[in-house]
Amino acid sequence: MTGALSRVFPIATVVAAIMVVWYGFTVYLNSPWQIEQYEKAGIEWQMGDLVRDTMAHDRPILPAPHQIVTEIWKTTVEKKITSKRSLIFHGGVTLSSTLLGFAMGTILGIGLAVSIVENRAMDKSLMPWIITSQTIPILAIAPMIIVVLNAVGLSGLLPKAMISTYLSFFPVVVGMVKGLRSPDLMLMDLMHTYKASRWQVLWKLRLPASVPFLFASMKVAIAISLVGAIVGELPTGAVAGLGARLLAGSYYGQTIQIWSALISAACMAAILVAIVGVVSHFTLKRMGLRA
Amino acid sequence: MTGFQRTIATLGGLSGVLALVLAVADAGEAGVLMIAGSILLAAAGLRHHLGLMPEARIDLAASIAGMILLLTVLDGEMPSASWPFLVGCWLIGWLAVEKSLAARGLSQAYSTVISLAVPVFFGAWIIFVWEVLTVGLQIPTVLLPPPSMIAVRFAASTSILWADFQQTFIKAALSGYIIGCGSAFIIAILIDRIPFLQRGLLPVGNFVSALPIIGIAPVMVMWFGFDWQSKAAVVVVMTFFPMLVNTMAGLQATQAMERDLLRTYGSSYFQLLVKLRLPTAAPFIFNALKINSTLALIGAIVAEFFGTPIVGLGFRISTEVGRMNLDMVWAEIVVAAIAGSLSYGLLSLLERRVTFWHPSNRQKNL
Repeated sequence: MTGALSRVFPIATVVAAIMVVWYGFTVYLNSPWQIEQYEKAGIEWQMGDLVRDTMAHDRPILPAPHQIVTEIWKTTVEKKITSKRSLIFHGGVTLSSTLLGFAMGTILGIGLAVSIVENRAMDKSLMPWIITSQTIPILAIAPMIIVVLNAVGLSGLLPKAMISTYLSFFPVVVGMVKGLRSPDLMLMDLMHTYKASRWQVLWKLRLPASVPFLFASMKVAIAISLVGAIVGELPTGAVAGLGARLLAGSYYGQTIQIWSALISAACMAAILVAIVGVVSHFTLKRMGLRA
Repeated sequence: MTGFQRTIATLGGLSGVLALVLAVADAGEAGVLMIAGSILLAAAGLRHHLGLMPEARIDLAASIAGMILLLTVLDGEMPSASWPFLVGCWLIGWLAVEKSLAARGLSQAYSTVISLAVPVFFGAWIIFVWEVLTVGLQIPTVLLPPPSMIAVRFAASTSILWADFQQTFIKAALSGYIIGCGSAFIIAILIDRIPFLQRGLLPVGNFVSALPIIGIAPVMVMWFGFDWQSKAAVVVVMTFFPMLVNTMAGLQATQAMERDLLRTYGSSYFQLLVKLRLPTAAPFIFNALKINSTLALIGAIVAEFFGTPIVGLGFRISTEVGRMNLDMVWAEIVVAAIAGSLSYGLLSLLERRVTFWHPSNRQKNL
């Protein structure tokens, strides 16, 4: 009990501190406009009024956390899921392309990693380019790719998922190559004494050994898939998804809408990473790799 | 010669034969060149069955000759012979790579050359296939311009590209990167002295670095205006947490035995930090610096989509997409890719210099 408490307590303190700083900034950033309003209306104001009123703007420079929570509550629980204003609807759109992209990226990553480990020519020719591929700011050109793919007739889920795939295959390749090469000489020798074929070495030794690495990479990959999906929704014409909410919010100065989309994206990322973590924990336990 | 290499060689040779048959069947204008090339390919592939001249450089020469020939023949159409020809060129090229990698007992310098040449050859192949397909299949340039067209546009508009590069890379990305990484580094060292904050901040930092931080771009543009300062602010926030988390993890990576040794030497906190803990943390810090180098460029470019003065990589990309000048967009992408790869490469070089003692670097020199 004390163990859990001593872990949670520091985290709670840090989170609480962030909240206090946030509220402080809300008052500080929103007060110039509010003071101007007071002066225009000729109202005598106290510090208490200022603090209260800065947290109740419609379009604040920085919304207070409780405003964001209210907005999220309104757009999730109080709206129908099918409504265009429902955050669950937009979140669902983003989630579906995230998951599709993540699945494609993981499969592509595993395939590339296996071919890199099994074939030296692939290793030498592909590996430098896989690293280079990630130095190209794909996220920055994602909107263009979406527009171009739309012109070819690919629209909807797939183009966005392809951005996520491009981003998420990289951590999987790097992690899997490391994982597939992780069995040491002793284990490889054992397999050789059994006269195992390359295929058997791969299937019975290399792949099982790479599973912990795979899960570690998948945690990174799923978070980055979400980023890819959101940025993929940015170009004008995207009507649904958290990215579209961000863009619409920024066009119309709806800061509360921007922040509520941001916070829901953050929660989604956290939940997705946590799910991968839980699956990883149980799989590894089942395989007897970790208690 | 392994069975695998023999298979590739045979397949390459057979593709050459198939190309020859097709080229003879519809002898057009380029027919003679195509026929000559196909004979060359078939000979290169099938000579292994006769045991003639097995050197890898002959395969390489045949493959490159085929590539050049195909480029000269292509003129807005793909003759049917060019498909097996392309496949044959690729197989013979692959064979050259397989052979030169399998060669034993080479000098140090020669194997270094090979390990550099193989990825370059592969990259050239990708650009070649891109060029052949876009020109040969007449893909509209508003969808995917051929590399040659991008290169021409790149050469013609270097001044615009340079101005965009300055605005986005040097002003926005670099300043944000330095401020973000620098402040995270200093804060990590300060926090390191307070275990309570450390236990609280490490999970929170890990959480935040998994978040889609790029989403704060519209907020930052609202706060700091349209010029590069808002982009730099996005970059600061994006680079801060990976650096913080990695530096904190790195500072914890020393072993009790090592710390005890330095304590028996009577070293102060500062000496312990400089002589043991920072060097141990260096691989972690460089990891963060490398991750951040790509994040910084992405952040700066994406932030420009939400409002910018009329200069910058992101601005140019979004406006030229609207005007369907895809060649200009690709020229900007090339600039971004070169900038990204160069900074990554520089950081890797620096890392190898600083952490020369680390196992992952020592192994490469064997």
